[in-house]
Amino acid sequence: MQAETRSNAARINEPFAAAAKLTPDHGRETGASRTPDRADVGSRTVELRIRRQDGPTAAPYWQSFRLEARPGANIVSLLMDLREHCVTASGEPVDPVAFEHNCMEEVCGACAMLINGVPRPACSALIADLETPIRLEPLPKFPVVRDLMVDRAQLFAQLKRVKAWIRIDGAWDNHERAPRISPQDWAANYLYSRCMSCGCCLAACPQFGPEQAFVGPASLAQVRLMNAHPTGRHDKAERLHAIMADGGLSDCGNAQNCVRVCPKKIPLTTAIGELGRQTTVQALKDLFGGR
Amino acid sequence: MSAPRVIVIGGGLGGLWATLAIAEAGHSVMLFSLFEVMRSHSACAQGGINAVLDMKGQRDSVQQHIIDTIKGGSYLANQPPIQSMCEDAPGLIRTFERMGVTFSRTPEGLLDQRLFGGVRHKRTCFAGASTGQQLLYGVDQQVRRLETEGQVEKQEWWEFLSIVKDADGVCRGIVAMDLRSLEVRAFRADAVVLASGGLGQIYAPKTTCSTNSTGAAASRVYQQGARFANAEFFQFHPTAMLGEDKTRLMTEAARGEGGRVWVPKDPNDRREPIRIPESERFYFLEDWYPTYGNTVPRDIASRAIWKVTRELGLGVGAVGEHGAGKRGAGQRGAEEGSAGESRDRVYLDLTHLDRGFVSTRLGAILSIYRKFAGVDPLDAPMEIFPAAHYAMGGLWVDYEKDATTGGMKPGSPRNHATSIPGLYACGECDYAYHGANRLGANSLLSASYSGRVAGEAVASYLSGLEQGADAVPAALFEAETARQSGINERLTKASGDQNPFRLHRELGDLMTTKVGVVRDNAELDAALSGLREIEQRFERLDLGESSRWANQSLAHARQVLDMLKLAQVMAASARARDECRGAHFKPAFDLAIPEGKFPGDPEFETYRERWKANNAEWLKTTVAEHHPDGPRIGFEPVDLGLLSPEQPRDYR
Repeated sequence: MQAETRSNAARINEPFAAAAKLTPDHGRETGASRTPDRADVGSRTVELRIRRQDGPTAAPYWQSFRLEARPGANIVSLLMDLREHCVTASGEPVDPVAFEHNCMEEVCGACAMLINGVPRPACSALIADLETPIRLEPLPKFPVVRDLMVDRAQLFAQLKRVKAWIRIDGAWDNHERAPRISPQDWAANYLYSRCMSCGCCLAACPQFGPEQAFVGPASLAQVRLMNAHPTGRHDKAERLHAIMADGGLSDCGNAQNCVRVCPKKIPLTTAIGELGRQTTVQALKDLFGGR
Repeated sequence: MSAPRVIVIGGGLGGLWATLAIAEAGHSVMLFSLFEVMRSHSACAQGGINAVLDMKGQRDSVQQHIIDTIKGGSYLANQPPIQSMCEDAPGLIRTFERMGVTFSRTPEGLLDQRLFGGVRHKRTCFAGASTGQQLLYGVDQQVRRLETEGQVEKQEWWEFLSIVKDADGVCRGIVAMDLRSLEVRAFRADAVVLASGGLGQIYAPKTTCSTNSTGAAASRVYQQGARFANAEFFQFHPTAMLGEDKTRLMTEAARGEGGRVWVPKDPNDRREPIRIPESERFYFLEDWYPTYGNTVPRDIASRAIWKVTRELGLGVGAVGEHGAGKRGAGQRGAEEGSAGESRDRVYLDLTHLDRGFVSTRLGAILSIYRKFAGVDPLDAPMEIFPAAHYAMGGLWVDYEKDATTGGMKPGSPRNHATSIPGLYACGECDYAYHGANRLGANSLLSASYSGRVAGEAVASYLSGLEQGADAVPAALFEAETARQSGINERLTKASGDQNPFRLHRELGDLMTTKVGVVRDNAELDAALSGLREIEQRFERLDLGESSRWANQSLAHARQVLDMLKLAQVMAASARARDECRGAHFKPAFDLAIPEGKFPGDPEFETYRERWKANNAEWLKTTVAEHHPDGPRIGFEPVDLGLLSPEQPRDYR
């Protein structure tokens, strides 16, 4: 066991890892680099170095574990194995590592954490693709609940702040359909509607954090999505005003970390660019009247 | 009576729809979830949601949707709820669309529809291959809006433990545990809606279900007296990809969009699948079921894959490929990996389809397969096999039949009421719509529809309620809180040698091998005694975790204990039903359709008579009631008012 020397706040505020390091293995999505047969990988022993914390106010500390990783294993499956038999590399039995997971196919957003310094969902982080020892830390910028569990309430508060919903008269059938949407517009909108609120983009964003007011890329992308909907457009001005206020769009420092780490490859910076134009137009409207 | 308050347990599609309906009726809702709302298993549904919109000029009709659903479920579901669900489906889609759900579009900008299993019409609306996620987010956003308006209060990171009943047996609230502080607390409510989802974790890890789909909440109310129906009917999805930690779903839409399932004709053919010529492939679904081909219902497809791999020995997937690594030095090597296991798979092939088309329509599953298998399904066929997927059975719920329409009476307080007054159930945790087998893309429909119906029913129930939960003596809540705290104490202090996570794995292995695709009474007896044996070992539990903060082992141990109770209901219900119907397949009692014979042929008509005689004996709902010694199994009749069982299911 190795004592943690830096405080949580220091960890959060430290300059974020170099951009090059912030790229999870998106290359594998092309599938071209991988052969179908992974027999050569075999079962192997890997070392996990996990940053633990017993509670929100407890001091963090590091523990190392050595585990058998079967072919195809991912971080979630290793942490699941660890629950059954949680003994450190030095042979000390300890409490299992607390972590979140649910769907295990990268659609629920629960298991995001910092893996070798990169925020990403743990379920799709395959051991075969990771450098060892593998460092696991809780998702930065969010308060730690315990070990690798964090509280992402802030993310959902931001969705409320920007009114990330379509205001409908009620969830009953009024025999009306929404207006038509072209396949081209659909394709653009669908990119944003897949955001699973995992928080990776916020973890990577230098402008987002507990001490900062910035709304963050995830919610901004939802403003882009809602403003594009034929009914959502009715509240466009209100949403834009929400992101034109303090901690809004203008706080984006254009580091582009968000778009590099997004596991769903959502074009977050494109959304931010579009919103830049929308807010400019809105500012002029505000100045000269009209909506 | 103060302003009524309703508790909804579960933040998936069912729970969120119930929340919307209750809040819109003017009542305040406390929404309980094990995790942040929006991370529920509904997000994993991929292929789509059925509604007759007839966007493709195929003369599709609501009547046909009803018939397909009834027959898909082998006539086992009560027909009035099916009728109402299918009638209301187009309106639900319209509402989702207004919420901003990104349904895939036709060139005209209208809703696109595609083909799904057990159906001859393009009836399935979809949003790429992440339809469940999109629908879930649509209602999640609406509930978030209601939250800002003070109509909804979320209790995230709380686990439901039990209901609290008053002296008359009426549900008056719940006891729940804060998953962080481990505080056990009672909450009063004038009505409770359980929308806790499915129970696939009972088959872990060979399930497509999320790790929170344990069925524990449903088991808890069952143990408190709620009836549980049709537990033996559990769907094995034919096309899932093997994984160590879970089996990941590859949507039925892959076949609906033209994907083909095949194996090499020669079991010793070790060529890469892409190099095997067309003439040397066995497209067994197309061969055996020429009319429906690859889009036969799931029970049929799963059994066909079972037959091809287990009986004909034609499965693919050799030792040395990633799935077979479990015979290596891993900790689980000893108990896993029977000799035949690695050749259980068949190919699901998309490589003959247009790459752009497949990417647009099925992008989400392509991404999952690439990420987890390291292979691009655009370049090589996927290797798939059947995995535990969906519980057709669930908590028994009532309905009121509308004499004039034949459907459910809208707004009746009886709709979706469990056998415990004041407790409602909706979504996958109820048993209502799918009979013996669910059709693909009917689950997003039933989850949404039943949530709304349950919400409307609760509103009616509240208007007829004379006394609210506030009048119930505090002692009842205190007693139940103490009982639940006592269970926590007992589990925390236990000092044996049985790890709860390992017990869960044993449960999953037992259910997968003994209460699976193919069933046998001797095996089911063995399952029942095996389940009791695992339950007894809980006496020797070692939690392996002493933390008093966010102790996940404690929560998990409680879930496993309740999963074991539910698994017994499933095994006992399966044991009691000596026939084949839908997903419940007992070869010893199989009435097979005579090969090559069709209606009008004397052999088929003889079969039809035997089939009808079997229905006279077995076409009835299984109802389990909790008893300390184990489940008591009984039966009740099915409402067949709309379509009487004259035509056997036949997808050839």
